[in-house]
Amino acid sequence: MPDPGPIVGTSPIRKEGLAKVTGRAQYVDDITLPGMWYGATVRSTIPRGRITSIVFAPEIAWSEFTICTAADIPGENCIIHLTKDHVCLASDFINHPAEPILLLAHPDRAVLHAAVEAVHITYEELPGVYTIEDSELGAAGDTSKVIWDHPGHGGSPNTFKTFLMQKGDDPLPDAELEKIFASADFVVEGEYRTGAQEQLYIENNGVIAEAFRNPDGSLDSVTVSGSMQCPYYLVHALEVVFNLPAEKCRVIQTETGGAFGGKEDFPSVNGSHAALLAMKSGHPVKICYDRAEDLIATTKRHPSRTRHRTAVSKDGKLLAGEIEVALDGGAYVTLSPVVLSRATIHAPGPYHWPHLTVRAKAMATNIAPHGAFRGFGAPQSLFALERHMDKIAHTIGLTPEEFRRRNFLSTGMHTATGQHLSDPVDMQALLTRALKESNYHQKRAEFDRTNPTSPIKRGIGFASFMHGSGFTGSGERRLNSLVRIELMADGRPNILVSSTEFGQGTNTILSQVCAQTLRIPYEEVLVAQPDTAVVPNSGPTVASRTAMIVGKLIERASESLLATLAPYLANSAGLPDFDYSIPCEVPAHFTPADFKRAAQAYLADRGSLVSEARYEAPGNIFWDDDQYKGDAYPTYAWAVYVAEVAVDTTTYIAEVTDFHALQEVGKVIHPILAKGQIEGGVAQGIGYALYEKCVYVDGLMRNNQMTNYIMPTSADLPPIHVHFEETPSIHGPQGAKGIGELPMDGPAPAILNAIEHATGIAFTEIPLLPEDIFERMTATPASGSEDLNATDLDTRTETEVPA
Amino acid sequence: MSAITLTVNGQRTTVNAAPMKRLLDVLREDLHLTGAKEGCGEGECGSCSVLMDGGDGQAELVNSCLIPILQAEGTCITTIEGLEHGHNLDPIQQCFLEKGGAQCGICTPGMILATHHLLDKYPQPTLAQIQEGLAGNLCRCTGYMRIFDAVQQAATKSG
Repeated sequence: MPDPGPIVGTSPIRKEGLAKVTGRAQYVDDITLPGMWYGATVRSTIPRGRITSIVFAPEIAWSEFTICTAADIPGENCIIHLTKDHVCLASDFINHPAEPILLLAHPDRAVLHAAVEAVHITYEELPGVYTIEDSELGAAGDTSKVIWDHPGHGGSPNTFKTFLMQKGDDPLPDAELEKIFASADFVVEGEYRTGAQEQLYIENNGVIAEAFRNPDGSLDSVTVSGSMQCPYYLVHALEVVFNLPAEKCRVIQTETGGAFGGKEDFPSVNGSHAALLAMKSGHPVKICYDRAEDLIATTKRHPSRTRHRTAVSKDGKLLAGEIEVALDGGAYVTLSPVVLSRATIHAPGPYHWPHLTVRAKAMATNIAPHGAFRGFGAPQSLFALERHMDKIAHTIGLTPEEFRRRNFLSTGMHTATGQHLSDPVDMQALLTRALKESNYHQKRAEFDRTNPTSPIKRGIGFASFMHGSGFTGSGERRLNSLVRIELMADGRPNILVSSTEFGQGTNTILSQVCAQTLRIPYEEVLVAQPDTAVVPNSGPTVASRTAMIVGKLIERASESLLATLAPYLANSAGLPDFDYSIPCEVPAHFTPADFKRAAQAYLADRGSLVSEARYEAPGNIFWDDDQYKGDAYPTYAWAVYVAEVAVDTTTYIAEVTDFHALQEVGKVIHPILAKGQIEGGVAQGIGYALYEKCVYVDGLMRNNQMTNYIMPTSADLPPIHVHFEETPSIHGPQGAKGIGELPMDGPAPAILNAIEHATGIAFTEIPLLPEDIFERMTATPASGSEDLNATDLDTRTETEVPA
Repeated sequence: MSAITLTVNGQRTTVNAAPMKRLLDVLREDLHLTGAKEGCGEGECGSCSVLMDGGDGQAELVNSCLIPILQAEGTCITTIEGLEHGHNLDPIQQCFLEKGGAQCGICTPGMILATHHLLDKYPQPTLAQIQEGLAGNLCRCTGYMRIFDAVQQAATKSG
């Protein structure tokens, strides 16, 4: 075998690619187990109230079915995430539309739909709360609006979590801060809103569960296979629902057809449901949602409202800021506190704030719980910030570019949490390059010239931002991730991690890191299917952590494997009387064939070789959860995205016509996969800005079909130009940082900034659909409430204080 | 139940099925060809796309979730499983593999069949023809750019 040469930085064929292009990849709905039944969920038809009766209509042969209620749960009736407020099956109280109440299983999938319809449930309905504003009324003492008050949570009713983040060790007292605002040349205020967004993985959520009994009939263990991101999250959920120890709850990830966060926390729900049916029926049970059910029942991105109040000097320096972030968390806490945390920390963006206060809260509503979705809070607060930065620039008379340049963070500065930026950060250079690549200045001038006489208004805008890699705050310390690499009998390494592949390229990039470190060809590296009976807990596959955190662990485990093999590598000539017990350095040169011989010789001597690496928090990384200060993330990826738009004043359709995405990512492990990640994220960001609207009526998503929840097609997207800068970070393998979520953050504000350039209208809310543009563009001051609102908003939120 | 005869991936086969059973379910359940996926069940996402030739030699790209099996009587169906030539991948499959056209892979079988149909129609398609030709097949992962690359390379190879 020839020396493989560098592998990280090249684009080998993705590990599971062949199975995918041939249609042989086995997704959960492609799998049928012997004796398998099918499961379905009976859901609430009201948003809030009490169950008063459940009647099974006589036309169904119910004796053929297995029916599970909350009474069948052997452990706690609770889906555990961070708080024990989320029931597995509602037995009494309903907190959101489509809440699971009963589970049905039957050998014939075709009869389930009619059976679900034949369960008639009556309720005593109670008024629901569907907006952040109504939820705030409940928090402020209006008892008619209190819908959530979990015992022991300690805060106000309806309030899942709050954060207070203040810049500096001794933040200014409010009175002092007010003096800064009072004496500032400008005070600029703004309110920005984002809607719910569906992950819209093309494979719906699905699982197959099995339950195993002891000879005495008691429950021994459960196994759940399915489409998911985080097998060990589901293990934890099953432990609670079934009152079983972790080793009796086995979880296996099957090929997963897209996730984007939508299969992070939700599989704890459908996984527990299928396992209950398997336990009671004695059969393996598959539950695969159809699209309509997936859309009404599973998590979406948190809707948000962010308010900014900013003191700025006339020379364009940020003096002080107040940011208030509010997320709609839905009916149960689930992951809202951690989503809120990322929203809070990303709210100040890549700027230096001498004084800053961020107040953030996640509020309860009677809507299915909102959950993880790529970006995890950051897209919401960065949308607000990057729209607000353009607003400030316009207010004080600087260009959006110049205003940002006067306030960028740079190497050696401190973020709002007090994190010292010791790694090089050069937003100035990123902005310069992004504007050059996109021909920004020339286009801006050209559009300014042509727009007045054209029915198509063109505009160009940008957003500058960053995204923290890895879990927030002390998260990585708590996860304490572990990876293993075992040698197979033929001498090939097999990667054992719970990190899952769902399109992003986990299998491929971890194999590249392993191959490069072991100096063997990429093709020689195997990756085990994530099965908690086999793989250690390398943490959840979320938070842009896999490349950087797990990749680094794979690098370390590979180095340790080489160190163990060193004496065998040293005797590549195979001398018969060589003493392998004497430790030695890894030889400077060895070939892949030497590696294989050494591996086989080691296995012949010792039987097996498994090397492992566990996360060790770097000594200089510190986070204080109580004070909400410190190193929020090991490192950040930094970016500037530029969008070009055309707004047709006849149809009111806004279209993105060109897009440049420039990011500094440490090291590009696999150029094709990395570009694919960025392009896919940008496409979702374009959808978030201009296409994707969840229409809720009394808390229920009414457009729960692909026909009327519209994501971008191949005909809708502009060319997406991806540019990388590489400043290696010590925290990732070969310097790599996380990129998974980053591309979700920038498109929406860049697009709305471009639309403002095109039309002169400062839209503050997404999704921005043609009808929204129509209403604003056709409104005259006397013609209707929409326009009055819009005018109100502008005057209300922009206060200019003369110098 | 009706006995329905059709040709799937070159093999003539007869299935006993309810006449309104969806072609997608016949492929997946009766014939165990699970390459065609159900993404939406209403003809929007294209992940169940297969090629269907009614006898005139002109294969059409259809959403198999919208075709009652009765309508497929006598037709020739090609699924992703029928694209390989022996042990060799179809050039389109090879290009999707090399160019990063598949990420999570769930839309990939339908997308590859849509590409097949597109290149039959336009052997050297323009970017606009590719965008239009694949617009019935949704991909949530790629943003389509790598897919366009793959299609363009496949056109070069076959042309």
